[in-house]
Amino acid sequence: MRIIVSLICGTIFGFGLYISAMIDPQKVLGFLDIWAIADGGWDPSLAFVMGGGLAVAIPIFQFAKNRTEAVCGGEMSLPTNRAITTKLVVGGLLFGTGWGLVGYCPGPALSALAFGHTDTIIFVVAMIAGMGGARAMGLNK
Amino acid sequence: MMENFTPISALIGGGLIGLASGLYLLLNGRIAGISGILGGLLTPTKGGSAVFERLAFIIGLIVGPFILMNATEIEAQSVVTSSLPVIIIAGLLVGLGTTIGSGCTSGHGICGLSRFSLRSLVATLSFMAAGFVTVLVTRHLMGGM
Repeated sequence: MRIIVSLICGTIFGFGLYISAMIDPQKVLGFLDIWAIADGGWDPSLAFVMGGGLAVAIPIFQFAKNRTEAVCGGEMSLPTNRAITTKLVVGGLLFGTGWGLVGYCPGPALSALAFGHTDTIIFVVAMIAGMGGARAMGLNK
Repeated sequence: MMENFTPISALIGGGLIGLASGLYLLLNGRIAGISGILGGLLTPTKGGSAVFERLAFIIGLIVGPFILMNATEIEAQSVVTSSLPVIIIAGLLVGLGTTIGSGCTSGHGICGLSRFSLRSLVATLSFMAAGFVTVLVTRHLMGGM
């Protein structure tokens, strides 16, 4: 049952990335280009994706976080780490730099594999290599 | 003015992303952080069905768009304009950064902010700021990469 739920949630997530156009790096870069506000070329769409996402997720998360067990069984695996560390910020800055270079973050990059473009496949392979390398060095702890 | 602005589809798509994240937490008790789900597959520590659950989520991420592009009139594209070395460096940075920083746009941005996590807010502001600066440098100061 949990596996079917994962498949359905992943599919709905993929629908969302596709419909919102976040699957397209150019759409993301159009948002990150806030310096284009001056000439009217800025695309604020990503802010509406975040807004729509939070509007739906906040009530469900606030309801779910008081539960002791997941509906399909098993623990509620919520993060307990609240520490704001240098690692958190440095990781965010490195990720944001890569994100701004191409326009892919992990979800849209994986979803875009559906198009079968070579560039997307290369990005995903490099991303997995980066994750694997960082984990091999114990940087995920 | 803002010719590429698509607020309606952005809201609908965002709502679906929020729904998927909420259902995943409520039903399976897990955070829908894509970097965490993918990274967890590299060094599986939890036994049982955890690996298959993660794999199923990622298969869904690819199947979802595949269904929409083949079975509906909804169109989308995924255009990469960067050169090969930049694509590789960017991929490595995204993989490295999300691992060091414990999350990405979904885990920190959607799930973290929905839990009102200050840690996730700091992470989100960090990667947004780096994204803004990177686009400033590559598009406006270097004239595109």
